[in-house]
Amino acid sequence: MYTEKVMEYFRNPRNMGEITDADGVGTVGNPICGDMMTVYIKVKDNRLENVTFKTFGCGAAIATSSMITELAKGKTIEEALEITKSEVVEGLGGLPPVKIHCSVLAVDGLSEAIYDYYKRRNMPIPEELVKRHERTRREFENIEKRYAEFTKLEKELLQG
Amino acid sequence: MDYQAGAPVDPRVLEAMQPYFLKAFGNPSSVHAIGQESREALEDARGRVAALIGAKSGEVIFTSGGTESNNIALKGVAFRNVDRGNHIITSTIEHISIMNICKYLQREGFTVSYIPVDRYGVVDVDRIGSAITDKTILISVMYANGEIGTIEPIKAIGEVAENKDIYFHVDAVAAAGKVDVNVERDKIDLLSMSSNDFYGPKGVGALYRREGTRLIPTIHGGGQERGFRSGSENIPGIVGMGKAAEIAEGEMEAEGKRLTELRDRFIEGAVSTVPHTYLNGHPTQRLPNNVNVRFSYVEGESLLLSLDMEGVAASSGSACTSKTLEPSHVLRSIGLAHEEAHGSLLFSLGKQNDEGDIEYVLQILPGIVKRLRMISPLTPKELVV
Repeated sequence: MYTEKVMEYFRNPRNMGEITDADGVGTVGNPICGDMMTVYIKVKDNRLENVTFKTFGCGAAIATSSMITELAKGKTIEEALEITKSEVVEGLGGLPPVKIHCSVLAVDGLSEAIYDYYKRRNMPIPEELVKRHERTRREFENIEKRYAEFTKLEKELLQG
Repeated sequence: MDYQAGAPVDPRVLEAMQPYFLKAFGNPSSVHAIGQESREALEDARGRVAALIGAKSGEVIFTSGGTESNNIALKGVAFRNVDRGNHIITSTIEHISIMNICKYLQREGFTVSYIPVDRYGVVDVDRIGSAITDKTILISVMYANGEIGTIEPIKAIGEVAENKDIYFHVDAVAAAGKVDVNVERDKIDLLSMSSNDFYGPKGVGALYRREGTRLIPTIHGGGQERGFRSGSENIPGIVGMGKAAEIAEGEMEAEGKRLTELRDRFIEGAVSTVPHTYLNGHPTQRLPNNVNVRFSYVEGESLLLSLDMEGVAASSGSACTSKTLEPSHVLRSIGLAHEEAHGSLLFSLGKQNDEGDIEYVLQILPGIVKRLRMISPLTPKELVV
């Protein structure tokens, strides 16, 4: 099901853990859906000096979050924001189609951490990043809303 | 420890089947000797399968497996009895085949009531009683749930159905051959079973149909199996199922006792050594081979991968292992939140598991869960120091 590369990153995830004095933290996904990631960044002279993650989720979720930290580490903020989901997927030697969303989540997690960094420093946030942030928030709210509706519907059905 | 997904054929079953591939290949419908040999084997197997569930030989119809048996039972009763009514009662934790047949029947104009279960997965018999209307033609409840192991109060439901003169179907795929199933005692009119679930070959199953139950076939053809399931009989498979039924009948009690002890040791060990671990399903009204536990803060697929790396095969109720990315409807029905359902693991034990296997899993499990909890952002800090 998974490539040897995915399994390697699952077995020995790079950059796993929390940065306690992080300059930016981004959390994406939702435990309701079965995967949730937190990305931590440490920034020095506009460069991502350190990038780490914590993930609740399947093998692919853990491997993609580890891969994004590796891809982002050492890059400037602008370069890091250019990383695409395809690079994450390629870095892992491919992912099963139903797991592609994990790579999207990883890219979003990094963007959210960078957004948080800009915000904490009261720096002007690039328009593109604001858009990404709003889309990520909307997706999160949609899940919460759908979940609430789902549980309500389920209750009604059961009480019939 | 994933026998539920697929079990090996018992070597004695394989041996019994072998002559029917090369030598005794006749068609039971033929008049000649070679055909009659197959006829005899077919009827012998029918008798053995019937004996396993306390039925009469003529009440067993061979099918291609549990899913087909469920299809014949539900659609067969529904479409044959529209003159009596259009209402069906089932539970919220049925096998996916029952769920999807019910959805199909709803699209065809039938109404279906889904009766909820308690937090142990036990269906509410009183609510079945109060859901009955003068249009109700069928009640279908599983004997035991293969995922969480809970055994349902089948006899009590059977009595309700009998009193109201409503057909009672039981999906006994997960239970037959493992616990004592008796269609007379439990007042069952239709019962589905599958051969591989008790070490018979895959691709064979049976439907018990009480004499007189009004049913139409779903597969039409040459009128085999008394017209309820046409098509030349799968003689080697049927012989295998017959042999498997015979073995199960003889060994069920001892094997059930052995597995129950392993099961309880496993559950007790997992819950006591891994913090924030909980049992899914009923603690005692439970299939002897079923262990289903959930671990907070971690997700099932990553648990499965980790176990697989250590040579242990298990199964999960997590969305991430399913085609739909939705967590199991069974775990949701017993009141688990999505995130709790995601962290559930199913171990289905079988003949080849022994105490050593249980001790091995109990030895590696705490480390696996701990590692994944360290990776998980949901884990409370005090758990990972």
